[in-house]
Amino acid sequence: MRISEKWLREWADPNVDTNGLAEQLTMAGLEVDSVESCGTVPEGVVVARVLEKNPHPDADRLSLCSVDAGQKQPVQVVCGASNVQAGNCYPLATIGAELPGGLKIEQSTIRGQESFGMLCSTVELGLGDSSDGLLELGNDGEPGTGVTELLGLDDHVIDLDLTPNRADCFSVLGVARDVAAVSLLEFSEPAVNGIGAELDDIVSISLKAGDACPVFAGRVIRGINPDAVTPLWLRERLRRSGVRPLHPVVDVTNYVMLEFGQPMHGYDLAKLNGSVAARMAKKGEKLSLLDGQEVELTKDVLVIADDKAAIGIAGIMGGADSAVDSATTDVFFESAWFSPAAIAGRARRYGLHTDASLRFERGVDFNGQVRAIERASELLVQIAGGKAGPVTEVRNDKHLPSREPVQLRRERLTKILGVGIPDDDIESMLGRLGFAVTTNDAGWSVTATSARFDIEIEEDLIEEVVRLYGYDQVPEQAQQVAATLACASEARVTTDRARTLLADRGYQEAITYSFVDPDRQRTLLGDASDVELVNPISAEQSVMRRSLWPGLLQAVSVNSSRQQGRARLFEIGVIFSSQGNEIAEEELIAGIAWGPLLPEQWGADTSGAEAANLFDIKSDIEALLSLTGDTESVTFIAAEHAALKPGVSARIEREGQTIGWLGELHPRLVRLWDISPAPVLFELLPQAGLAARLPAFSPVSRFPSVRRDLAVLVNEQITAAELLGTVREAAGPLLQDAWVFDVYTGDNIERGLKSVALGLILQETSRTLTEPEIEGAVNAVIERLSGKFNASIRE
Amino acid sequence: MHDLNESLNELVERARADIAASDDIPSLDSVRVAFLGKKGELTTQLKNLSKLSAEERPAAGQAINDAKVSVQEALNSRRASLESAALDQELQASAMDVSLAGRGQAIGGLHPVTRTRERIETIFRGAGFEVAHGPEIEDDFHNFSALNVPPDHPARAMHDTFYVGADLLLRTHTSPVQIRAMQAQGAPIRVIAPGRVYRCDSDMTHTPMFHQVEGLVIDRNVSFANLKAVLHEFVECFFERKAELRFRPSYFPFTEPSAEVDVKSESGKWLEILGCGMVHPNVLRNVDIDPEEFTGYAFGMGVERLAMLRYGVDDLRLFFDNDLRFLRQFV
Repeated sequence: MRISEKWLREWADPNVDTNGLAEQLTMAGLEVDSVESCGTVPEGVVVARVLEKNPHPDADRLSLCSVDAGQKQPVQVVCGASNVQAGNCYPLATIGAELPGGLKIEQSTIRGQESFGMLCSTVELGLGDSSDGLLELGNDGEPGTGVTELLGLDDHVIDLDLTPNRADCFSVLGVARDVAAVSLLEFSEPAVNGIGAELDDIVSISLKAGDACPVFAGRVIRGINPDAVTPLWLRERLRRSGVRPLHPVVDVTNYVMLEFGQPMHGYDLAKLNGSVAARMAKKGEKLSLLDGQEVELTKDVLVIADDKAAIGIAGIMGGADSAVDSATTDVFFESAWFSPAAIAGRARRYGLHTDASLRFERGVDFNGQVRAIERASELLVQIAGGKAGPVTEVRNDKHLPSREPVQLRRERLTKILGVGIPDDDIESMLGRLGFAVTTNDAGWSVTATSARFDIEIEEDLIEEVVRLYGYDQVPEQAQQVAATLACASEARVTTDRARTLLADRGYQEAITYSFVDPDRQRTLLGDASDVELVNPISAEQSVMRRSLWPGLLQAVSVNSSRQQGRARLFEIGVIFSSQGNEIAEEELIAGIAWGPLLPEQWGADTSGAEAANLFDIKSDIEALLSLTGDTESVTFIAAEHAALKPGVSARIEREGQTIGWLGELHPRLVRLWDISPAPVLFELLPQAGLAARLPAFSPVSRFPSVRRDLAVLVNEQITAAELLGTVREAAGPLLQDAWVFDVYTGDNIERGLKSVALGLILQETSRTLTEPEIEGAVNAVIERLSGKFNASIRE
Repeated sequence: MHDLNESLNELVERARADIAASDDIPSLDSVRVAFLGKKGELTTQLKNLSKLSAEERPAAGQAINDAKVSVQEALNSRRASLESAALDQELQASAMDVSLAGRGQAIGGLHPVTRTRERIETIFRGAGFEVAHGPEIEDDFHNFSALNVPPDHPARAMHDTFYVGADLLLRTHTSPVQIRAMQAQGAPIRVIAPGRVYRCDSDMTHTPMFHQVEGLVIDRNVSFANLKAVLHEFVECFFERKAELRFRPSYFPFTEPSAEVDVKSESGKWLEILGCGMVHPNVLRNVDIDPEEFTGYAFGMGVERLAMLRYGVDDLRLFFDNDLRFLRQFV
């Protein structure tokens, strides 16, 4: 809501400057978004009346104007604007004036004709960004006087960002009432005298839509001057409120809307057929609107109709067929009340957002219809003449909203606010808002005005009181709370711990969008039903992610295009899957390593080094999993995944459950995403993967341990996990640890075989092991390996 | 005897000269062998003692021993100095340019949003708040209706909502977690709910996804004065400075009275940082809490907003661009 400071101050004029006023508004809950000065016109620019307009003898597009600029003699000015008309006033930059663009006005000769100044447009005066010709100052200006004064430019436009509950402040009246209430000024609503009826003409009105439209006032005005123009002061006020002046009938209805908050509509009476009615639209009924579009209506849309057809969508926009135009002489004014429920959502449905719909959606004073129509009649007749018929108001009281008294308890107010406010202050504040207040034992019974749609319960009144009392007047008071201890479970590695580990191991945390490109996602994850957004921002962000990899790949791709040659990123976030009618969400940890394992550094061959491989990254996952204290239950199993390179991808299992994946990006996708070399990707489900085991103490042996190394020759298909599993089974309780310390294929090894070097640590907690015991364990291992894998032991 | 002493003196002098001339351990060793070895000159002298008479023997033995000791001392001292020189040389050779960078993996870092969220969580946990989480795809009830935003309520226009179905949507705020927490725990309750939220809005100052931390306290006798105190304390803890706060009236359907909170920047400008208010009685009723018995407050803050103010980030979109040159600034 844009409001002129001068206009506001005509109604409520607190003793503060512009900034003070803005501060007051903001602190009363009417947030000021901006305050703009209306600008000033340069010195030497005066009101000038064009007395005569003649064509320039040597230039088709120029005219010679004789203008009265308040001096003794008229002066001659050459003018190129097409809208210059004899009899009207325009701003004249006189000789010596300097315009905002730096142009200094001098006496000049244009195509052989002398010119003593320049008639100006809004752009030339620095008052606007566009203009269609000279700024028209009407015909009632005083030549020679300042344009700044005539336009009342010593003003500011205050732009208010109104919250949805304060529909009443979509008017000067509403804002002025709040300003007066905050500043302790006396306030009374400006009286509207109206004009008496000189004609008997009426248009009969019927209400056929129940509580959607319980009030409709109408009035006929005949014989207006079709050539009349809206006076400058009114046009200026509209302009400062962001409303474009169009036609005197439209301008006065808009003016009244800005003044009192009551949207109105003016029809060309000659274009109406018979009576008017407020009714629901018929299914499929069509209507051409003022903005040129033709809409098809549905049964839940309230319309105004004449005897033949719908003539407007009620409270949103009038129809084109009944609109006023430059030939209109007879007018029918509509000033009605439509319920918010009947308007809400309809404008948006037709892509419309009008000043009227905005107000009706949020609530318009249901007692202001006649006042508005009187005010509009008064203004129109002033501007364009004409004679008015009587005001017809049709009112269906049983469908009107009601204003019930709301109880405000003194004790409740103190409890909610934490501060007591004196009774007198409370009564005075509510009274200043125009509310009817009666006292009772517990506090007050308060009835709001018909302009307020946000006073239904006690808290609404508490808010009004504290808003006027001042939020800053409420003291801060620390709350006393019982101390409770925070109990955290040890049975889980927190995601914050996982996050820290990954960051410490060289991964940078990323946060990527939860919505991704469905095509890209499909190439990574195969077909599955996506959770689709009904109203996505773009096709590239139209489905919910089923994995964190699309986002991470995207992030790597972005960095790659920005001269980065290496990236280690991880993300912890939710993925979404659609399972029948259900949507499931699951938290996931995922990472990507692209480029060399180590950042380029001295003393290591990192320039042009090979990309980090699966084993480099596997150690990070192992580190993550080791936080659980339970790595034995985890296995990495060769398995295929649509996104990963076959043979270089592993499914991570824990107790038979898949908890994640690890692998190199599939070569096909490396090309598609254009991020060479192939990155290694991993993901892990923290819910299952990071369930932790409580540490359980076992005694540390004081006796020496023994290491035995075995080199076994086996088929290259046999996995390290199989070998080690068998070693553990066979070695018995003496085995403390077993691992692979070398894998070799090539020279001296038969094709299809590999040599695997195993390290074994044997130990007893209560004594030193004897040689036969050691031999026994090692032989058991050798026997089992040869039996199970046909392994031979290399000496 | 006199002859012996003279020849010993001459021998010792010669040994000293040879020792001084040795400039490494092997040549020193050969000097030792030449004088003190099995066939060394002094050893030979000792062997020849037996040829002397019994009277001459003690004095001669003493003299030879003295000569031996002095040669040995000269050898030891030369050895020590040669060893120390060798060590010096070795140390010099192995000296490192300690200004070279350390080697190995570089450290990564947390995203500034995480860093900020963790900071907010730490501050509130210290005051006894629990951390609650909820789903990112919400139903209409939890995201709107339960929060006193019925269908067609004008406030819905303030939340440009992404829908994934007739009744399902991407939560537009973390306030639905309040509802879930109250449904699960009832009152009294003290929770904060951090998380991702979504609004279908994308321009210079809006991203379609961002993060919020919602706070909720419901208890007997919780007042607006308590809310003002806790938020003031929070802001001062978060920014680690004394801060002036401004509570100004605003509107949220789920709180009443409602306020927007501005903090005065060091340059004296008011910066909006969060929204808050007293929990609306309808919200309490929707989760079967009696608003006559319990009152409470709620607040919601934008994590990116706070991160921007704290770290001086000037473009919201950077948070989701994941440019390493940006991310690395927040290790």
